[in-house]
Amino acid sequence: MAVPVLTGRRRRGSMARRQRMGLLFVAPAVLLVLGMFVLPIIVTAVMSFYDWSLLGERRFVGLANYRRLTGDDSFWHSLGFTTVYTVIVTAALLVVGFALASAVRHRRRGVGLLRTAFVMPVVIGFATASYLTLWLLDDRIGIVPDLLRRTGLADGNVSVFSSYPSALTVVVLLVVWKTVGLTMLLLMTGMQAISKDFYEAAQVDGARRIRVFFSITLPLLRPTVGLVLILTVIGSYLAFDQFFILTQGGPDNSTIPVVYLIYRAGFIDFNLGYSAAMSIALMVILLILTSIQLLLVRTREDS
Amino acid sequence: MTSLEPATTAAAESATPPRRRTGRPEWLPAVPFYAVCGLLALLFVAPVAWLVVSSFKSSAEFAQSPPTLLPTTWSLENYRRLLDAGLWQNVTNSLIVTAGTVVAASTLSVLAGYGFARFRFPGKGVLFLIVLSTLMIPFQSIVPSLYVILDALQLTNSRLGLVLVYTVFALPFGIFTMRAAFAAVPPAIEEAAIVDGAGSLSALRRVLLPIVTPGVATVALYAFFTAWNEFLAALIFTTRQQQYTLPVVLANLQTGAGGTLNWGVLETGAVFAALPCIAIFLILQRYYVAGLTGGAVKG
Repeated sequence: MAVPVLTGRRRRGSMARRQRMGLLFVAPAVLLVLGMFVLPIIVTAVMSFYDWSLLGERRFVGLANYRRLTGDDSFWHSLGFTTVYTVIVTAALLVVGFALASAVRHRRRGVGLLRTAFVMPVVIGFATASYLTLWLLDDRIGIVPDLLRRTGLADGNVSVFSSYPSALTVVVLLVVWKTVGLTMLLLMTGMQAISKDFYEAAQVDGARRIRVFFSITLPLLRPTVGLVLILTVIGSYLAFDQFFILTQGGPDNSTIPVVYLIYRAGFIDFNLGYSAAMSIALMVILLILTSIQLLLVRTREDS
Repeated sequence: MTSLEPATTAAAESATPPRRRTGRPEWLPAVPFYAVCGLLALLFVAPVAWLVVSSFKSSAEFAQSPPTLLPTTWSLENYRRLLDAGLWQNVTNSLIVTAGTVVAASTLSVLAGYGFARFRFPGKGVLFLIVLSTLMIPFQSIVPSLYVILDALQLTNSRLGLVLVYTVFALPFGIFTMRAAFAAVPPAIEEAAIVDGAGSLSALRRVLLPIVTPGVATVALYAFFTAWNEFLAALIFTTRQQQYTLPVVLANLQTGAGGTLNWGVLETGAVFAALPCIAIFLILQRYYVAGLTGGAVKG
């Protein structure tokens, strides 16, 4: 990457001194990142080899936490659930995001307002949106169960969080509602950056719209789709707020994402050492996933 | 209210002839287009709008079954109860933590962005890589040790502790954005100032800062939303109600004081948490969108 740098032939010594001042400018940010991010990574790794209680007692136990992890059904179940959730959310976001982006990518009267409406939920917090959902879906006072009963789609109790499929569906709908605006914006910007010549050529050839989408738009959007994929996959693997507030892990502990498990182990069961081992596992999984996705985007771009 | 149009594409589009640039007919005729999109837009906006309207019901009406569409009598009962329950303290916490994060993240991002874009110093590549790596490794996976470190520094149950954590969240995006913003400014502009005898810092302050203001606005907005909405860290690093930020105190309301949940109060709390974000987004959306999509185009 080309970085413009002040270079002068004269006064080379004072120039070098001036260049070194850059270190002063980046120092505060870098020190904070080192202290509050790099150091914690190292400490997490160290903690994972300890039986480390939240209350302070610690004892070196070697690989015991990791051995426990490999045999821990709740961890593997949680990992499986998080993966299923991630796949569904990612697919839903891409499909809905593409639909919305295609609808509002061109200039048209009122399109700005539509974009604003679709993006608005993105700025609301996940916790806040979850409290909103909780109310809308409440069996007694919520509008959604009320409407379902009125239209005859349901009768009696509508308790969405008492079964795994409906609980997961609700969370996915909430996540799509809250974040698809961002997906739409990224895809839309990518679409607008595609040269019009491609579309004109396709039109001259008489290509159909579906064909144009799969032969022109999608291939040329690969970098953007890659970015969306990485953002969505990482975001979904880190889901916490919506499950903590809406499903509280239920029913029967079937909706516990990994971060929820890390939270429980460390701050409910007071076992920071085990919590740290799970954290390291999550870190490794995410690094692998991101690297794979980056590689996919890269090689496709090059070929 | 500005229209939601990324600044970059707005410029690109104005350079081309205005109508029918593709020469293709609109993909959907007007009536179905506006019918479908209008309904969809309603789906995105209505829940929040209805939440705000409903917060003016009495607590009893809010918990009524089946729900009423509009308040039969408009009442501030939920707001009064919420404030009686001490919500001001939590609103203040959220405001202080958010303001601190916005100021710290913007300042550090401007300085570091300037340093990375304009200077050549030993270790620069490695340092930038370290900053970027924070994007790859999520904060959620360092929570256990972050707690131990903050605890050792006596920064749990502390607004300063949260500001530090949130600033680190916001820094990678901030530094990335500001580095790009400074790199886009021709070096000649500040060279002139430096030849005139100004130091690097004063060149930055007087000459460069006004030019990169849109970038700073993007970083500040991002920091605002991060700090105002963050839940997990606030849940873990604060354990006393007086120290809770808004999202966490709502979790407390959800459990209900004395075992009974007051829906009106809980959802009015959600209004407090949601409205500032929406207001700021509507006013400054141009910067928000430009910042988020800017990175996407450049790749």
